[in-house]
This record gives sequence, C-alpha cells and structure tokens, in this order.
Amino acid sequence: MNRNLVLGAGLTAIFLLAALLSFAWVPQDVTQMDIANKIKPPSAAHPLGTDHFGRDILSMIMVGARTSIAVALVAVGIGMGLGVPLGLAAAARRGGWLDEVIMRANDLVFAFPSLLIAIMITAVFGASALNAIIAIGIFNIPVFARLTRSGALSLWTRDFVLAARVAGKGAARISFEHILPNVTNLLIVQGTIQFSLGILAEAGLSYVGLGAQPPTPSWGRMLADSQTMVSFAPHMALFPGLAILLTVLGLNLMGDGLRDVLDPRLRRDRQ
Amino acid sequence: MYFRKLGAAATLAALLAGAAYAKTDIVVGMQLEPPHLDPTSAAAGAIDSVLYSNVFEGLTRFMSDGSVVPGLAESWEISEDGTVYTFKLREGVTFHDGTTMDAEDVKFSLDRARAEDSQNAQKALFADIDTVEAVDPATVRVTLKQPNGSFLFNMAWGDAVIVAPESIDGIKQQPIGTGAFKFSNWVQGDRIEIVKNPDYWGEPAKLDKATFKFISDPTAAFAAVMAEDVHAFAGFPAPENLPQFEADPRFQVLVGSTEGETILSTNNKMPPFDNVKVREALAHAIDRQAIIDGAMFGYGTPIGTHFAPHNPDYVDLTGLSAYDPDLSKKLLAEAGFPDGFTTTLKLPPPSYARRGGEIIAAQLRAVGIQTEITNLEWPQWLEEVFRGKDYGLTIVSHTEPADINIYARPDYYFQYDNPAFQQLMVDLNNTTDPAGRSAILKQAQEMIARDYVNGYLFQLAALSVANAKIKGLWANAPTQATDLTGVYWED
Repeated sequence: MNRNLVLGAGLTAIFLLAALLSFAWVPQDVTQMDIANKIKPPSAAHPLGTDHFGRDILSMIMVGARTSIAVALVAVGIGMGLGVPLGLAAAARRGGWLDEVIMRANDLVFAFPSLLIAIMITAVFGASALNAIIAIGIFNIPVFARLTRSGALSLWTRDFVLAARVAGKGAARISFEHILPNVTNLLIVQGTIQFSLGILAEAGLSYVGLGAQPPTPSWGRMLADSQTMVSFAPHMALFPGLAILLTVLGLNLMGDGLRDVLDPRLRRDRQ
Repeated sequence: MYFRKLGAAATLAALLAGAAYAKTDIVVGMQLEPPHLDPTSAAAGAIDSVLYSNVFEGLTRFMSDGSVVPGLAESWEISEDGTVYTFKLREGVTFHDGTTMDAEDVKFSLDRARAEDSQNAQKALFADIDTVEAVDPATVRVTLKQPNGSFLFNMAWGDAVIVAPESIDGIKQQPIGTGAFKFSNWVQGDRIEIVKNPDYWGEPAKLDKATFKFISDPTAAFAAVMAEDVHAFAGFPAPENLPQFEADPRFQVLVGSTEGETILSTNNKMPPFDNVKVREALAHAIDRQAIIDGAMFGYGTPIGTHFAPHNPDYVDLTGLSAYDPDLSKKLLAEAGFPDGFTTTLKLPPPSYARRGGEIIAAQLRAVGIQTEITNLEWPQWLEEVFRGKDYGLTIVSHTEPADINIYARPDYYFQYDNPAFQQLMVDLNNTTDPAGRSAILKQAQEMIARDYVNGYLFQLAALSVANAKIKGLWANAPTQATDLTGVYWED
C-alpha cells in the first residue's frame, strides 16, 4: 500500500467528512453572533476558540470547508469538462489548424499568471463565490487541454488506434472510445493536484475579499479577518491556516500517491 | 595619542548632550492620502487632515474642543439685524510665498468659493453671502442676504480657508497658505512633508519639520507604530490593537470625540423603506451596543439621532429605537412583511462599516430581513451609493460638524423629503439667539428620530496613538484636522 496515498487520502477525507457533517450538524450556528464571547482562546465549549464576532471557529472551519471544496470541485469540473474535449480535438487534428487554434489559445491563457486572471475576472464581474469558481475554472482549462493532448498524441500512433481506424471509426469516436479511457489515469492525478490549487486559489481570493462574501464562511476570509488580531489572538489565524495547509498537503500527497499507483511506467520501475 | 582620546571623549560628550535635546521633527501616520492639496475644491477629508491650521487658515478657526475662535480675523462686529459682518484682519500676515495677506485676498477667497462655477465641496457654507467688500487692506465687510446664526462657524471650515490669487493656479500641487507650517514636499503614494514657517504671524510652531506618512493597511499601521517608524498615528484604523498600545509604556492612546455620526443609511425612496413602519422595524432590530463592542471594540457612544452627543444641544433619543426584535417583527408584519424581505447592504472600506455590516446583517436576519452584502471601495461607493442612490442600506460615518441640515436636502443620497423639516432648517438660519437655535435643533433631532430616517448607530470615537513623549496633539476631532502647531516633544 502506498504511504503517501493513505496519508493524503486520510487528510482529505477528514475535511470532506467535516464539510459533509456540517450540513447535518455543527457545534454552533455560524450565522449566530455572540459578541460578549468574542476572541476567546480554545476551551471546552469552543475547542478552537471563537472569532471576533464570538462565532465558534470549529464550526466556521467546517462550514468553510464546504465553500472551499465546492469552489475547487466545480472549478476542476469546468477545467476538465472543457479542457479534455479541447485536448482530444487538438490531438485528433494534430498539426492541423484546429490544433493550432486550440493550443495557441491555451498558451494565451497560460501566459497570464492564474491568480491575476482570477482577480481580474472577480474585479470586473463582482466578487462572489460563483465568479471565483468561474475564474479558477478558466485557468484550469489549458492545464487539462495540454495534458490530454500530449497523452493522446502518443496513443494515436498505437496499433489499437490504427485497428479502430481500419474498422472505419471516425476521429471523434476513436477519441472518446479509445483515447479517453487511456488518459484517465493522467487526468485523475492532475485533477487531484488542480483541486488542491483550487482550494488555495479560493482562499487567496477570499483573503483579498474577492471570493465568497459574508456571511458565507470561508477560510481565506477568516485569515483576513484575523490579520490585525494575530498579535493577541493567534488562534484566530492558526486554525483556518492549518485547515488550508492540511487540505492542500493532503491533496498533494494523494496526487503523488495516485501517480505512483496508476502510472504504468512508474509501476514497472518499482518492480 | 592622549589628545586624540580627549577629542574622542569630547565628541562623545557632545553627542550625549545632543541626545538630551528634545526632538523637533515628527512623523505622523495617516490612513488616507489626499487626492490633491486644495482644501477649497474637494470633499476629501484627507486634504484637511494634512493642511488645516498647519498650512491654511481661515477668518475663524476651530479649537480642539470644537469652539470657534478668531483666526486671520482678529475681531469682528455684527450689525443689529445680523446681516453685516465687519472683520478686522490681523496685520503683518504674509503667505508662504512672501505676498501679504490683506482684505483683497479674503474677498478673492470668498468670491471664488461661492462663484457659480466654484468647485467648493461645501458651497452651502457661503450660500447666504450677498456681497464681500474690501473696505481697506485690514477690513472686510461681508453682507448676508439674511441673518445666519452659524456664519462664523461656517468660516472656520477647511473649505473656507483664505487663499491668494497669486498662487491659486498651483495650489493642488504647491499649496501656499498663511499657517505656521509651509508645504515642502509631496512624494505621491508615500508622504507629505511640511516645515516650520519662520515668518509666522502668531505663536511659532515648536516643531521644525513634520512628515505625514500614508499607510492604508491596518496591519502595516500597527507594525509602523510598534516599530516607532511613525511617531503618531491620527485616526488609528484598528481599534482592536489599542489595548496593546495602552499596555506599552512607550505609547499613549488618545480617545476623543469626533463629529462622525455613524449611521445605517436607508434609501428612503426605495420600497419597502418608503414605509415608516419598515424603517421603525429596522431601528428596533439593531443592537447598538453589540455593534460598538463587535466592530469598534467598545469605542463609540450610542446615538439615537443625527447629532453629536458632546454637543450641548444633544437630546438622547436612543430610547425611541431601543433594541427590541419582537417589536421589530410585529412592525414588519403590520407593514405587510410578516416573512421579512431581501435588500442590499453596500459597505465602504472602514472597519466600522465592514464589521458593523456583518453584525447588522446577522441582527436583521434574526427579524427576517435578508441582506446581500457587497463590499465597495470608496470611489465605487461614492459612484453607486452616494451619487447613484443605487442601494437599500449602507453604513457610513458623517464626519462633518453640525450637519443635521443634510436632512433638508431631498436629493441627498438617503432621499428624506419632509417639508416640515426643511422649514425647520430655514427657521434655524433665521434665528440668531442661542436659546431659539437650541430649541429648533432639539426639535429637528426629534423629528428625524421619530421618522426613523436612518438607523442611528454610534458616534465615532477619535482614536490616535502617539509616542508617550509627544504633547499637544488633538484628542478630539471637531473637524478633519491634524493640528501640529502646538505639538512638541517632551524632554
């Protein structure tokens, strides 16, 4: 059993479960403020303490996980949903004008730092969780398009594809029936990495006020809110910071582990 | 060798002696940078924060307790009917470029401010002026169209300072005034420097040089004060950090009053807020103390109307809008909104608005009113809310002194249109005797409180942090100003 995979999946599972659990139960309602109990250090009643409005930080992190995971998940979905067909199409028409158009458009998106694009989009269309999803989703597209194309290019020269062509299958059918199943491993590994980047991007956007808007809890905004209070209430920054760190670490470990397990070349090397 | 040692010792002694002398320069931190340096042609308070009293002076001026005292006018006489003010100017006053300040400059300044095409942000201050005459170089006669009990008060504003025709063209970059400090240098995005004016007509400044450093980020402001990179911070943006400064013997924390009525501004023309029952429900849904404690960490005084509590004419009307969520729900039901409604809450950057907004949203949610929060930067806020009137609710602090008359302007952004109130303000202007004015002001406060025009939250506290050795800083903020003319370092 792969150690990275277990550790990574375990960490990820904790936050996934916390997010799921928050739909059914949280220690304290996060829309409920209790100003009299603000900025309390961790205690039995509040295991992770309370924030500047007297809200329970554990509950905030649980509900915040929902925001982070939802944003990152949908953003990766957008990236895959659009990027993979584009990559397959480019590979099917390799060397043709469609390939050129798709890949140069990808280069164009790649040319901008991803977070800069996200800030631009949310600044123009207004700050909200939805716009953050779109922004993060857009810079996921070229990642998946490129990966799919490079994986598909080598497959197009293989005998089983040749056989399919001889059997009279069109490019689109070959792409979906023969190429796509063979790049799935790559996509899963990359998807995990992009998912962690998405969580980081969402936290970054919320931190500068361009992500989910209050009262929706979000890890990035929890960090931003705690900024002036770090010197006397470090728990307010520590716990959301740890949540971001551990989730991203977990997903990255899981991605590495999945690569080790799924990539046939690496598997052969080990044997 | 021996002599060299002696020399070194002498140098050391000289250095030690030098260190014992009090400092004569100061670095003052400030959150907002002025867009330009002409206080007579912009609403931006940051301009006055740097220049009022330091570089520019008016006929009268504010003291730190809010009182109005003679400025460039040494004395004045008011005619029996209250319409003719004859100002006697101080003699020997010169502008920083060496030109003399005389009656012609006063006439120029007042005429420029009240002109048809004037860019002055407070033209209402000059609206009652009929004519301005320079009788002789040291005498100015101002004739009003009608008596105006607050004319001397109006002349103390930063928007009414005296400028010179010789230097007016460059005023936005190179302000030339009559104050105890001269403008020296502006590094845009970083700092403004002013230096002592050796030819000042009055008591000279005790400091040789002052630097205003602009630090907008609260965390950076905290770090700058802690590291003693800035010696004082006027209007410290993070009240949560003040207990740390108070506990540190290196610093003093000044808590004073401001003219800033912090209100939940309500768009009175936008349904459902055009219904007074809804506005009353809004008022009873708000727990002021929770907002003061949660957003301002306890700094602030609850208010029940648009008037400063330290003003002698203030009436405590907080009881009219006491926190009572059950009453609020009942009123909403009577107004036809048993299940509440949804509205927008647009918030400018200061923490009283951003944090206060989150708390108010939670309080309104408890009575069934849902709010969509949008955080705006100042330019967007001015565009969308203040000029565009495209909002349901917003939170802002009205820092102008004695500004209850904004309720007489139906086109003002909260769009309160009440002829009775407008008449009251006309009566106020026509009344010069203090008892009569006081009665009208009290009546006006009660009228807007009973109409629940806006949600009245709290009076903003003036929060400043300074090195413990600095004396003479204003604790209060009766107007936008950082008056350094009396500031010095204690030995």
